Amino acid sequence: MNLAFKDVQHNLGRFSLTAVGIGMMLMIVMGMAGIYRGLIEDATLVIDRIGSDLWIVQRDTRGPFAEVSRLPKSMVHRVEAVPGVESAREFVYHTIQRQHAGKPLRMSILGLSWPTDKGEWLPLVAGRPLAQNHFELIADQTLGFQLNESIQLGKEKYVVVGITSGMVSSGGDGMSIVTLGDSQAIQFDSVGEALRLERSSRERRAMDVDLFLKQPQLIEHLSQPTSQLPAFSSPQISAVVASIKPGHVIEEVQQTIANWGDVSVFTKAAQEDLLLQGMVDKARRQLGMFRALLTIIAAVIMALILYTLTLDKLHSIALLKLLGAPDRTILGILLQQAIGLGALGYGIAFLIGQQLFPYFPRRVVITNEDLVQLLFIVLVISVLSSLLGIWRAMRVQPTEALMG
Amino acid sequence: MTETLAIETQSLNKVYSSGRTEVVALREATLKIPKGQVAALLGPSGSGKSTLLTIIGLVIPPTSGQVFINGELIVDGSHAKTNLRNYRRQNVGFVFQKANLIPFLSAIENVQVAMELNHTSTFKARRRAAELLDEFGVLERSYDKPSRLSGGEQQRVAIARALANNPAVILADEPTAALDSHRAKQVMELFAKIAHEQNAGVIVVTHDHRYLEVFDAIFEIEDGVLRRRVAVAT
Ligand SMILES: Nc1ncnc2c1ncn2[C@@H]1O[C@H](COP(=O)(O)OP(=O)(O)O)[C@@H](O)[C@H]1O
Ligand SMILES: [Mg+2]
Repeated sequence: MNLAFKDVQHNLGRFSLTAVGIGMMLMIVMGMAGIYRGLIEDATLVIDRIGSDLWIVQRDTRGPFAEVSRLPKSMVHRVEAVPGVESAREFVYHTIQRQHAGKPLRMSILGLSWPTDKGEWLPLVAGRPLAQNHFELIADQTLGFQLNESIQLGKEKYVVVGITSGMVSSGGDGMSIVTLGDSQAIQFDSVGEALRLERSSRERRAMDVDLFLKQPQLIEHLSQPTSQLPAFSSPQISAVVASIKPGHVIEEVQQTIANWGDVSVFTKAAQEDLLLQGMVDKARRQLGMFRALLTIIAAVIMALILYTLTLDKLHSIALLKLLGAPDRTILGILLQQAIGLGALGYGIAFLIGQQLFPYFPRRVVITNEDLVQLLFIVLVISVLSSLLGIWRAMRVQPTEALMG
Repeated sequence: MTETLAIETQSLNKVYSSGRTEVVALREATLKIPKGQVAALLGPSGSGKSTLLTIIGLVIPPTSGQVFINGELIVDGSHAKTNLRNYRRQNVGFVFQKANLIPFLSAIENVQVAMELNHTSTFKARRRAAELLDEFGVLERSYDKPSRLSGGEQQRVAIARALANNPAVILADEPTAALDSHRAKQVMELFAKIAHEQNAGVIVVTHDHRYLEVFDAIFEIEDGVLRRRVAVAT
């Protein structure tokens, strides 16, 4: 006969309610570990998917994900010319926040260099890669767009032609993938009034320059879009990504490019580290604090409940001692109940979590390693939280069974 | 005396001291109860009956004096000669004024637990528990929790528990206080029967002077002083 179990059966309501409460808290602890794993996966997944060996960014920046990086478009050709580079392409990446269907919509825009890159490498779950130079968009499913829906960005409407999964920025914003040209159009979109003011100020400045006074027909050109002005540089890109030919050492190519004065070069692993050390690390510590606090709170609540459960059966414990039960029997009852409560809470946490985590706004990735670790922690706090009750139970004298 | 004694005490003294006040609860209490006999212990409230019983039951140590069980010295002053909790489990059965059952166990489990604590297999313990409950007429309440039993039923379950391990010594502290007179008489007769049939030494503390004819010996205690009442004609 298992006395611990019999007592639990007798107090089933209280015991199971406590287990549910503990379970909810452990679920959050579990979820927080999962959110952290999700952050890492999201951050590194994009870099993995893009799959390039080297990331060339503006000198001394940690771009393009961690901070803004700007490179001239011509950088692609310079990189391509480096021995050992198999291919290089422009990488344009920025985050925007717009209004969509009456709600604020944040998304990261990734520009593909048309026509070499149509997004065939993207993890599509529906639709197709880009098929034309303009006005098509592939969206991550976290953005909630439907296939063939048209989205207004800047002055243009873009049709959703494909849906990806797992293309999320380290900030958790879903990505939209468009052609490079479109991505810059979206980035540098200005309202008509701003454009008119900009052009008229160009004309006014031109009046002060001899060249324009001598050749007035040049002023006509000033009213063209900025991107078509010969004297202006074309819009800049965020980074250049390069793949290395098989047989070449990535670090050697990296060294070659790093000798240029205007760029910094990161390997894929270094780029991932940048993300993890930067934004993700803060989140990790934040989540870690919450986890620790919640774990402590769960332990305190467990200790209180286990203590009151023990107080409630002090008379029975005294009686058991009077009947000759050794201390280890009493200890066994209390420890089994504590561990049972912890294990039940853990099980509840796991089951509820599995149902609930998919609805979290950010991805929750539950790894076996984290599960085992949490189970271990739960067992430890179960034992620790039973100590107060055990201490009380050990001090009970058999004579107490004879009183009252 | 040639027959072995189930219970023997030699000059037991017990002083309760809490802070500066001292209460002398027992003075030189000496008694002998042969196997197969049932003794009554009479005395007013506060006279030291429970104290004597808990010392004999190895629950508290005396300040001085000895306790022998089955002729073996078990307690000498505040020194225990053996692991008292184990010894108690095997050799002593208690019945209290209040039935003192474990609330989260059913009637049959309350009997069973005493045997399982004494390393009887669950199966055997269950079977014997059922036999005992049957013997005391509460078999049909086997699966009820104590809170659903009447006072008399609880007391009979408690008696079944006290007998479960076939102890050499059975100690009952006012076991009939919660019972009507009909039941009280039955219980007293039951203790006499147990003593005679199981060859155990039984001490029953009681206020009730009505059923003294069932006892083989009667002890009286007043202010911690114990003396044996000389046999009265019945
Ligand atoms: N744990 C204790 N601490 C101090 N005094 C006690 C304790 N238990 C009993 N006493 C005192 O010892 C005396 C005998 O008590 P007890 O053996 O319970 O008497 P009875 O059972 O005959 O009523 C009483 O004066 C009582 O107050
Ligand atoms: Mg008493």
